[in-house]
Amino acid sequence: MATSSSSQTFPVQLAAPVTQEQPWIRWTLTLLALSFLSLFLLLPLMGVFFEALKKGWDVYIDAITEPDALAAIRLTLTAAAIAIPLNLVFGIAAAWAIAKFEFYGKSILISLIDLPFSVSPVVTGLIYVLIFGLQGWAGPWLKEHDLAVIFAVPGIVLATIFVTVPFIARELIPLMQAQGSEEEEAAIALGANGWQTLWYVTLPNIKWGLLYGTILCNARAMGEFGAVSVVSGHIRGLTNTLSLHVEILYNEYNFVAAFAVASLLALLALLTLALKTLVEAKVAQQIRGNHS
Amino acid sequence: MKFNAWLSVGSLAFVLASSGQAFADRIILNVSYDPTRELYHEYNRAFIHHWQEKTGEKISIRQSHGGSGKQARAVIDGVPADVATLSLAYDIDAISQQSGLIAAEWQKRLPGNSAPYTSTIVLLVRKGNPKEISDWDDLVKPGVAVMTPNPKTSGGARWNYLAAWGFALKKYDGDETKALEFLTRLYRNVPILDSGARGSAINFIQRGIGDVLVSWENEAFLALKEYGPDKFEIIIPSISILAEPPVTVIDKNADRHGTRDIAQAYLEYLYSREGQEIAAHNFYRPIDPDIAKKYAHQFPEIHLFTVNKIFGSWQEVQNTHFSDGGLFDTIYLQQESEF
Repeated sequence: MATSSSSQTFPVQLAAPVTQEQPWIRWTLTLLALSFLSLFLLLPLMGVFFEALKKGWDVYIDAITEPDALAAIRLTLTAAAIAIPLNLVFGIAAAWAIAKFEFYGKSILISLIDLPFSVSPVVTGLIYVLIFGLQGWAGPWLKEHDLAVIFAVPGIVLATIFVTVPFIARELIPLMQAQGSEEEEAAIALGANGWQTLWYVTLPNIKWGLLYGTILCNARAMGEFGAVSVVSGHIRGLTNTLSLHVEILYNEYNFVAAFAVASLLALLALLTLALKTLVEAKVAQQIRGNHS
Repeated sequence: MKFNAWLSVGSLAFVLASSGQAFADRIILNVSYDPTRELYHEYNRAFIHHWQEKTGEKISIRQSHGGSGKQARAVIDGVPADVATLSLAYDIDAISQQSGLIAAEWQKRLPGNSAPYTSTIVLLVRKGNPKEISDWDDLVKPGVAVMTPNPKTSGGARWNYLAAWGFALKKYDGDETKALEFLTRLYRNVPILDSGARGSAINFIQRGIGDVLVSWENEAFLALKEYGPDKFEIIIPSISILAEPPVTVIDKNADRHGTRDIAQAYLEYLYSREGQEIAAHNFYRPIDPDIAKKYAHQFPEIHLFTVNKIFGSWQEVQNTHFSDGGLFDTIYLQQESEF
């Protein structure tokens, strides 16, 4: 709730202002920041790849292509592939409602969207155990009907959806608010119906923001550990996601394989970062374009 | 926009995910405790081979590992396990009592109180034994960092605790107040309480934390095997506990899955020659006398006591020591008030 008001305005980055400081101060500060980043970000990242390739390419390839690792990759992709489209639809709907309309309970909706940010992932997992566990509310009924939610793929997907809910909506709300609703009003005045307005006016305007939100959402979906760990049951080859597989391998004294699988996640992070930088520039352009 | 693309990605992933099971054989799931990873990795392969030779049927076995108490909790909450191979009988009792998935008299169904192998608790120190640790006494000395997991979640940790308690009782001629004081001093030396035995071992071995690891005997031998005897030494204490990690079919799950025959045979085969040899390879003490004799050179002689002899039953152990407000809480709370 504290976060909702502060993140409502989209940070528009203008060209860097010229500072009054001496060059040597600027250089020292830059150097300080860079060495801090390399120490705490770059070095560990390189460490992951170094450890992963310690015993050569063959061991690396074996580690990421053995059946349990492939099952983990498949599960992680499945969870993301279900969570992202759902969040895409929900995110657009929620952002549209919040940015373009006034209604009672709007702030409650915003707070609800932010909920996954403030709830610890472990608590999220435990909530699902409480609801769907055998001793929980829906557990006995599910078992009677031979359905499994937690300790099975649906539980992993549910937990993933829960933790990724805010990403797309949070990205779109400030963008849509900054854009205002004049274009939609014009479209409707010219005779477009609701769907046409959404399809031909709103979506093209927010496409880069949408993509940016999707990238963040995907990164979180694939990297999630806490919530998924609670509902997983850690069954190898069945309910182990990539992050959980890293933990298992590490616990089996199989450090090279653990780092090899971790490097897949790290590669994903790097890819995300590159895409994000690219898209970020486009988002800023879109906003500037709308304001001029 | 991209909805169609996403939909096709989604359905593709679904097909991928489900295709793994489309041609599935019958599967059983073994929920086990932390240090048995290597044991069941080897045993599962042997059993799959054995079952195929005997019946012609190809089966798969899935594994899940974690702290014994945590795993029991997961089965109670609905992990669809066909067999449980846990660290101590109390955890299986807990499943039986809280979920009714296992028949109450489960422990009488297989020989040796349903424990196909035994183990004990030893001390693992760094090469050269720099802190000169030779027995449980040395763990309470100031400046010795002791690694042991949390008895609330880990079965191994409970065996560790009870082994130390048994030693203290013997040392102080059965004086429980002094034993409690001894344990309090010991736990004051514990910098991290991990949730499982494996986490504790990794912290000691890989991250170099602590001077001595109170450990399953099999886990200590595994560390020597993985890292070489030039890094660590096993110290055999004067007295320790006979740990009997039990196994059982989870009746209602196995019946529902239609896998009781496999689950039953899976556990019985642990008692066969091959099963016992695999246990011994993985540093568990075989209960078959012949195989035990064959591997006697591998296991040091230790004066061992049983839970029943010193503590009565697991139920009593749980009530007195590990339940909320039990002696372990007293030990741990005392520490906090001192810091």
